[in-house]
Amino acid sequence: MISEVPRVAEAQAPPERHGSSAAPGRQAASEPPMIEIEDLHKRYGELEAVKGASLRVGRGEARFIIGPSGCGKSTFLRCINLLEAPTRGRMRIGEISMTFGAGQKPLSTRQQAAFRARVGMVFQQFHLFPHMTARENVMEGPRTVKRLPLAEARDIADGLLAKVGLAAKRDAYPRHLSGGQAQRVAIARALAMAPEVVLFDEVTSALDPELVDEVLAVIRQLTEEGMTMVVVTHEMGFAREVASAVTFMDGGMMVEQGSAEQVLEHATNPRLVAFLRRFRR
Amino acid sequence: MGYSWDFSAVTLHPEMWLLGFLVTTGYSIATILAGLLIGVVCGTLLMSRRHILTSPVGGFVQAFRCTPLLIQIIWFYYALPVAVNVSIPAWLAAGLGLTFYMGAFSAEIFRGGIQSIDRGQWQAARAIGMLPWQVMWRVVLPQATRRMLPPFVNQSVLQIKNTSLLSVIAVPDLMYRAQLLVSETFRPLEIYTSLGVAYFAILYPLQKLAKRLERRDDI
Repeated sequence: MISEVPRVAEAQAPPERHGSSAAPGRQAASEPPMIEIEDLHKRYGELEAVKGASLRVGRGEARFIIGPSGCGKSTFLRCINLLEAPTRGRMRIGEISMTFGAGQKPLSTRQQAAFRARVGMVFQQFHLFPHMTARENVMEGPRTVKRLPLAEARDIADGLLAKVGLAAKRDAYPRHLSGGQAQRVAIARALAMAPEVVLFDEVTSALDPELVDEVLAVIRQLTEEGMTMVVVTHEMGFAREVASAVTFMDGGMMVEQGSAEQVLEHATNPRLVAFLRRFRR
Repeated sequence: MGYSWDFSAVTLHPEMWLLGFLVTTGYSIATILAGLLIGVVCGTLLMSRRHILTSPVGGFVQAFRCTPLLIQIIWFYYALPVAVNVSIPAWLAAGLGLTFYMGAFSAEIFRGGIQSIDRGQWQAARAIGMLPWQVMWRVVLPQATRRMLPPFVNQSVLQIKNTSLLSVIAVPDLMYRAQLLVSETFRPLEIYTSLGVAYFAILYPLQKLAKRLERRDDI
């Protein structure tokens, strides 16, 4: 069920072999999208949270997903890095392709972990490790998963903490950080694995309003650096400003997608129009 | 009252206090450590998703939590060797009841401690590519251990007091030796008062430790 599963420690990527499959969408023919998801479903018993969602995200693209609460956007995001096991569908991230559904052999625990190491995730509630300092939080992935030497992991952590503006807080424990600082450490922790893709799950929703901007500034910087990311958010102004493309999700499906301007300014779909109206008062 | 206290009986055989102390602390330490080990294993099994594992372990835990320790001690000492038709050394049979009793309570403390850790910690650790055992070892256990420590120390305090029940099967601990001394000197008031002081001297520092651990809320 999985075409290429590089071991965690292998830096050398295996040769790509998706040339024969479906033609890339809006991407240039020479470069296939970084993320290709087709007809993804996630069912919890009777409830189907994601009902056949598809998404293509090009390399270096910042794709924003918007939609009402309970529309399945967070579940969809968690499916992308397998924190939730998709019920069925197909997914390719970078060189790793997977097919889910009846008759498909589920991924081994080790394969799942190796895959997640390449897809970073930042959560609404930060979820920093409270018994580790900011620096130790960022070092944890490089040390435990990549087995990098201490000095190298420390350099990575210090570099990333400086990047998110928290070099001075590297020895602070999470309980001594503000929400905005904690979230920036969490972003540094995700980046420390040098992921191909970073997923952001409503990362400013738990923050006090005055702390939102410092976190958005870090995300903006990442878009400028060409990081591929999928951002689930309610920050419409921010989406308008930095999104390469915006997808509107409703009822577990992708309803509309296009440039930020198309989706946010010139919406015609009635559900999208109704959704956007709530953000303009 | 006309009773005249005479504490000279207490020091009639001074070496008995030392020997009793050694037996009491020896059984305490051994049954606490063995109980902890059982607790970690059983607590882990209790968290399994397989009923074939959780049901018998849950039954074991409930059996020991819901019967008097005195009965357990007597049962393991007298009934178990008969039941399994194997001769078990008396000193070992004497400690089995205490060990399983500690194990049953420890299992619940361990399970509760692990399950008290927020699910978000698991998700964050898995999201950077950690394997389940790495998440447990690096992220969950260090946090859970701090939460389990106060209840473990409390349970250990109870366990040390409970070793006095071993006297009913003639284990020569502090309690048993005190009883012998009483029957020799007929000075129960002085001897049991001194015995109480001795237990207090052992347990008070531990109880203090438990209180201090509970106040620590740095995680």
